[in-house]
Amino acid sequence: MLDVRDLRMRYGRTDVLAGVTFAARRGEVLALLGPNGAGKTTTIEILEGFRLRSAGQVSVLGTDPAHAGEAWRARIGVVLQSWRDHAKWQVRELLAHLGSYYAPYSAPGLPRPWDVDELIAAVGLTEHARKKVRRLSGGQRRRLDVAIGIVGRPELLFLDEPTAGFDPEARRDFHDLVHRLSDLDEATILLTTHDLDEAEKLADRILVLAGGRIVADGSADELSRRMSTQAEVRWSRDGQRFVHPADDPTRFVRELFRQYGESVEDLEVRRASLEDTYMALVRQAESGPGAGADTAARRLSVVAG
Amino acid sequence: MNTHWAAVRAGLRRGWIELRHQFTTPSDLITTLITTAVFLGVMVYLRATTVPGTHFSLGTATLAGVLGVSVGLNGLATMAVLLTAEHEDGTLLRAKAIPNGMTGYLIGKVVTVSGTVVIGVSGMLITGLFLFSGLAIGSAGAWLTLTWVLALGLVATLPIGAVLGALIPGARSAGLLNLAVIGLVAVSGIFYPITHLPHWMQWVGQAFPLYWLGLGMRSALLPAALASVEIGHSWRHLATFGVLSAWAVAGLLVAPVLLRRMARRESGSSVAARREKAMRRVA
Repeated sequence: MLDVRDLRMRYGRTDVLAGVTFAARRGEVLALLGPNGAGKTTTIEILEGFRLRSAGQVSVLGTDPAHAGEAWRARIGVVLQSWRDHAKWQVRELLAHLGSYYAPYSAPGLPRPWDVDELIAAVGLTEHARKKVRRLSGGQRRRLDVAIGIVGRPELLFLDEPTAGFDPEARRDFHDLVHRLSDLDEATILLTTHDLDEAEKLADRILVLAGGRIVADGSADELSRRMSTQAEVRWSRDGQRFVHPADDPTRFVRELFRQYGESVEDLEVRRASLEDTYMALVRQAESGPGAGADTAARRLSVVAG
Repeated sequence: MNTHWAAVRAGLRRGWIELRHQFTTPSDLITTLITTAVFLGVMVYLRATTVPGTHFSLGTATLAGVLGVSVGLNGLATMAVLLTAEHEDGTLLRAKAIPNGMTGYLIGKVVTVSGTVVIGVSGMLITGLFLFSGLAIGSAGAWLTLTWVLALGLVATLPIGAVLGALIPGARSAGLLNLAVIGLVAVSGIFYPITHLPHWMQWVGQAFPLYWLGLGMRSALLPAALASVEIGHSWRHLATFGVLSAWAVAGLLVAPVLLRRMARRESGSSVAARREKAMRRVA
């Protein structure tokens, strides 16, 4: 679906991307997570074919996006942040029109475009189908943006900062929509975000991009396990409180019970949260090469404890 | 189904839809009506004056010239301004994100602007028939001339409009373009015979398509005797055809290159950057 190797991007004398490597399988939801300025948007725009890379190999649906044609374009979807374009168009009118470009690209078992009324229902805009785009609320507009992105039934969908500027409710609605999308068509989805919570909720796999490199790649669970082997153990004995870091908390607690038995109370074992891990990774990447990510994560979990 | 043909059809439909929007959106409609009314008002004011050296109404002569210049103004300025605005607001990026979207977008724009011109010229001409006397539109030749001048005028100005639209960085600079175009109208002999202008201004006017569009429309709609007040005492059809064709060829050669360049540079972050800039301007 998606194969990126040693992708590099340089503006003038600054390396925005310094060797990014990752891949995605069919049906996977991938979140590219990173602080502002980490190169997320640059990466996604290179994959969309909207920007030329400086070096590296990129294959999107088996084709190099820098030389891809319109047939390739018909198989990918890009969710753009609308502003005031197509203000006079009605929702249904616009979707039907933009969908018509995809009709010649239908494949066996994959009719294109999406039926317009079905699509409008899927994004929850049925009541607003006849409304002009400029009369939509911010949240409704974003649903329309998503609908435009998927009107051609893409095999691969790109979403760049999809929930920037959303209120919590709109954000939850949007998350539901993305879940439904990945279930419906087995579409592969790549989204960028700087919101850890969002990445955790939406993605099968999280890629952390910092300092122009992928510094972590795995499920939310894997990331927090892999990065924070150290945990913090708290307990009290005879009314006195204790805090102790442990590399192997299980063994540490077993030992604790063996020594003190019944007198151990208020036992608590805390691993560093995903957020701690993420912050440590980012801080380490931004402070330049040096100590490994593992050490940085550990250092932070100690500080946080 | 042929993919290219699908894009052409989508483009034609797009042009038709946007044309309909233009004539059903009250604010757009009011702007069009007011502009037309101002032009007609000026001509009515000039109705009693005569073209120097003749007994012919300057109002009627001006009507013919204004019809010609409106073709050029729409082709150049409207095309450029629409392209600049839609470059800024992300319409073009949307077109780029769908297969053959740019082809459809451009065809749509050409259809919308051409449709606006045809409707505008018809509307003004029909109103003019009631307000002014002396229009020589009884012959088939008059309509034939009107048709080719209008068609060639669009082919000459739309690509140049697209070139300007691709070069102008933002909606703000598009205002400057409008000023330049107004200056051009002033030296194109629309409201007063060009022969009464200083020599150098006549040359500037003749270098651009607006003068020739005005001349062509006058030749179609005014009595043959009125040619006597033009440069060379002639309607100069051959020169009109030649200059407009030259602009058309130049535009059609340059426009695809610049439009492709503009499209290539388009991305989500470039639209976002322009949006931020525009927001700062408002704030």
